[in-house]
Amino acid sequence: MGDEHGPLVDLGTERPQVPARARNMSPIVPRASISGRALVAVVAIMTFLASITTGTVLLVSASAAEWQSEVASEITMQVRPQAGRDLERDVTAAAEAMRTQPGIVQVKPFTKDESARLLEPWLGSGLSIEQLPVPRVVVARVQPGTTLDLAALRKAVTQVAPSASVDDHRAWIERMRSMTGATVLAGIGILVLVIAATIISVSFATRGAMAANRPIVEVLHFVGAGDRYIANHFLRHFLRLGLEGGLIGGGAAMLGFGFSESIAAWFSGTPVGDQFAALLGTFSLPPSGYLALAVQAVAIAAITAWASRRTLFATLDDID
Amino acid sequence: MVRFENVGLRYGLGPEILRDLTFLIPAHSFQFLTGPSGAGKTSLLRLLFLSLRPTRGLVNLFGQDVSLLGKDQVANMRQRIGIVLQDFRLLDHMTTYENVALPFRVMGREESSYRREVIDLLRWVGLGERMDALPPILSGGEKQRAAIARAVISRPQLLLADEPTGSVDPTLGRRLLRLFIELNRLGTAVIIATHDITLMDQYEARRMVLHQGRLHIYE
Repeated sequence: MGDEHGPLVDLGTERPQVPARARNMSPIVPRASISGRALVAVVAIMTFLASITTGTVLLVSASAAEWQSEVASEITMQVRPQAGRDLERDVTAAAEAMRTQPGIVQVKPFTKDESARLLEPWLGSGLSIEQLPVPRVVVARVQPGTTLDLAALRKAVTQVAPSASVDDHRAWIERMRSMTGATVLAGIGILVLVIAATIISVSFATRGAMAANRPIVEVLHFVGAGDRYIANHFLRHFLRLGLEGGLIGGGAAMLGFGFSESIAAWFSGTPVGDQFAALLGTFSLPPSGYLALAVQAVAIAAITAWASRRTLFATLDDID
Repeated sequence: MVRFENVGLRYGLGPEILRDLTFLIPAHSFQFLTGPSGAGKTSLLRLLFLSLRPTRGLVNLFGQDVSLLGKDQVANMRQRIGIVLQDFRLLDHMTTYENVALPFRVMGREESSYRREVIDLLRWVGLGERMDALPPILSGGEKQRAAIARAVISRPQLLLADEPTGSVDPTLGRRLLRLFIELNRLGTAVIIATHDITLMDQYEARRMVLHQGRLHIYE
């Protein structure tokens, strides 16, 4: 405005000799006026917890899916000893009957010795299996992608060995599925809580920063700055704090998962290590998992900025 | 430029401190606003600056009814008004130069486009050597001059000044008055709220006198 006029002041001989060099302008909102360290710590902790939760959920789902597919591709038959029948012959006949069924690709009857070895952890070595009515196990592999006619298989097997029973592990798969579902659900629940806590913390931090910078906001209003202009200057700080926190928390979690494979290797062979390996597999997150954690860290930074923006506009309405 | 019709103002449930104000501020005009302490001069300036809304009556600024303005429109309108307040309101984390340049920065102008103008004005108000100083180390008079420079730098269409020479010596007071007169000559309507009879005697201008909440105008 007013450029069509001459200079506002005619200094005449007073015209300064100071070179009009470019100046480094201070930020509109001084960074030090926003108590950033506590907020960075809060966002870092929240991102870390969210990343650990997501990573664990991804590990559990991947292991469960692998486990499920392994279990689903196998069926087990038990042939119990029955008075008046030759167990050995029943096992061979039942295995043969199984082999002829469509969809069965491999049948493996467990021999007497193998059955004894299966029982060794409970009954000790040197066991004479002849003296005990131990059922015999036949394991069959199913062609992946085929739907097995279980009723026909049961009928064919019981015709030749009446004491045989077939188990397709459906009950186990159902339990696995519900366990995985519960884990994923719990993970989502934790994520929701973490995000809610982040939003609340950020809103409080923003409100505090706005209260501390009220005189700046008032002066900016005096010189004709709109709410959007003012909010954007505050927002830059909060976005940066959010990104810093996200980077620290997400990075720490990624490093944790990176080292978890080595940690799992140190514990392998111990009961705890074996239990974890059974549940979570090799404990290694695939590259897509790391990508998911990175996206999540950026999303938390964005949520920080959004929560801050929302509070900023609400607070600016009260300041004039 | 400014039109008040039967404007009244009260704070909360208190008594009406401004009553039935009806006046016009024409473009390019110059006036002193005076009256005893507590007469409502600052409140009237705040009404003119849109940081207060009247309890009753009509305020029309630059051809627009201010009661119909949204927040963004108020911000745009304030870019056409310069204000100097008694407590200066400088930003402590910015240098004198940056404080004075703030209106241009808010308008989104490049620093190179206004650098010379800001430096010239700072020299004119005697702050050439204090350009890089932060407000906490400036004297009261220096702060006042910086606040005036900030209000006039963008050559507003309306300038409101609340006791602008209160903290400076008479010589500098005269110099600042010359600045306001120069600004008025360039097209700005000026309203100076002051107690200072000497200052008012130095320039022949319309006087608006507030007394017991009512306004009397002496052309």
